[in-house]
Amino acid sequence: MNLRNLIAQKGYKDNPRRLIEDVIHLVFLLLGLVAVGSVLVITIYLVISGLPAIFKIGPAEFLFGTRWASTASEPEFGILPFILTSVYGTAGAIVIGVPIGFFASVFLAKMAPRKVREIMELCIGVLAGIPSVVYGLVGMTILVPGIRILFGVPDGATLLAAIIVLAVMILPSVINVSLTALQAVPREYEEASLALGATSTETYFRVTVPAAKSGIFTAIVLGIGRAIGEAMAIMMVAGNVANMPSIFKSVRFLTTAVASEMSYSSGLQREALFSIALVLFFFIMIINAILNVLKSGRREG
Amino acid sequence: MIERISGKRKAWCGTMKGLCILSLVIVTALTAFMLLYVLFRGLPHITPELLFTSPSMLRHTIGILPDILNTLYIVIATLVIVLPIGVGAAIYLNEYASNKKVVEIIEFAAETLSGIPSIIYGLVGMLVFCQVCSLGTSLLAGALTLVIMNLPTIMRTTQESLKTVPESYREGAFALGAGKWRAIRTVVLPTCINGIITGCILSIGRILSESAALLFTAGFAHNVNGFISGLGSAGATLTVALYVYASERGEFEIAFAIAAILMILTVIINLLTTYMGKLMKRRNGQ
Repeated sequence: MNLRNLIAQKGYKDNPRRLIEDVIHLVFLLLGLVAVGSVLVITIYLVISGLPAIFKIGPAEFLFGTRWASTASEPEFGILPFILTSVYGTAGAIVIGVPIGFFASVFLAKMAPRKVREIMELCIGVLAGIPSVVYGLVGMTILVPGIRILFGVPDGATLLAAIIVLAVMILPSVINVSLTALQAVPREYEEASLALGATSTETYFRVTVPAAKSGIFTAIVLGIGRAIGEAMAIMMVAGNVANMPSIFKSVRFLTTAVASEMSYSSGLQREALFSIALVLFFFIMIINAILNVLKSGRREG
Repeated sequence: MIERISGKRKAWCGTMKGLCILSLVIVTALTAFMLLYVLFRGLPHITPELLFTSPSMLRHTIGILPDILNTLYIVIATLVIVLPIGVGAAIYLNEYASNKKVVEIIEFAAETLSGIPSIIYGLVGMLVFCQVCSLGTSLLAGALTLVIMNLPTIMRTTQESLKTVPESYREGAFALGAGKWRAIRTVVLPTCINGIITGCILSIGRILSESAALLFTAGFAHNVNGFISGLGSAGATLTVALYVYASERGEFEIAFAIAAILMILTVIINLLTTYMGKLMKRRNGQ
């Protein structure tokens, strides 16, 4: 279809206002597509810059190699230590952070007086807004020396310190999302349970929580996403040595592996860093997919 | 009713309630501790010299004026770019889009964007804005990276407040003969200005606290520049400066001073969003 046909068909000539409206519609559509374009650009650039090194190094060697020595005379690029550290670190943060966040959100949603809830919402907002470098700074000056003295290890910059920092950092998102889910449970469910003679605490934990379980699960998955993507805070407390993970060892995460070497990297080392970012992106996409499944499941339910 | 409850049930209820209160105490204590500790260690080191000078090698002094200015420039540049895009996208989704598939794709993209970690934004920003667009390591490259990061926030908050605009407002405008664009511009948008402002405040909070995405896009320099020349040159924001002073130079006094400033800003931003939320609730209630 050529332009003249289009103009005639839409009647733009007789009605210039319609032309303006359609142009504006198009402009808004384009603005809406910026987000789509951004996702595409990010994906494409990560794949283009990340894949070559994986094949140069060998996929198995890259993913399951246990030694990372990118600047050695005979460099080795095994990122298993980073993958495992990210997995263990995230798991640790979830194990500590989720129970605290879960119980706190039940209290806030169901038991807290209004005043307490308002103050706590502000607290959680502040906790969520604190920059990650500030968490890192506090971790550096309190957790790291604390762990060194408490457990008698030579250096306190360990996986444990990173786990504790991550646990604190995921708290706000875990609390907020489970809070919303708990508040959305219909009041009738609780009333029915209370009428059957259950105490209020039993009602909250045996009726309200199961009814909100997909929301709470979403909160946990979001927490996993935040923990696995965090870089700066754990870079400051985890010591940054490419060890296989162990609770009292200095470790490097997927994120910190990229961040710590990027500024002076070159050649295959640089390409390998992009491959690490691609692996991280892959993990994040899996988490996104799980979140989407959870969300569509909730919509149907 | 109470006396019928067995000891076992009572114990279970007590434990659960206890755990809830304990968790809440932990969260509150954590927040209070973070605030007080950072302010306690940082406030004494906030001096006029620190706030209003540049770092000087000769006098061995450190000032954070360039970092404060850089932060300000990045916030302004990011908001100026992200606002039209984000608000426009939200308007498209809420007012124009008729194809459900397109809406789903755009919303899916926005959700994906909000889940991507900032270090990945930093890397891709470095590749695309610094290298492909040849902006080099500059505040502008950093700001453009932050634009993509904050796009979902602005889109979501605007969309939520667009949804609260009653359909009758639009119908009223149409009935008076307004076209779609005119109705949006003169009736719909002014009604949801509070939501857009909330989105801006949230974005400012995110920009202030961002560091990983700026490390490789905006760089570390500490020079005082004007707005335009500043955008073209590299510069550290407050968070990046904090990281550099704490982890690479061991200047903990400076780092805590910056942390205290950031902490105060975080509290202010949270009070503002809470206030905006109440304002909007009250308006919608009427």
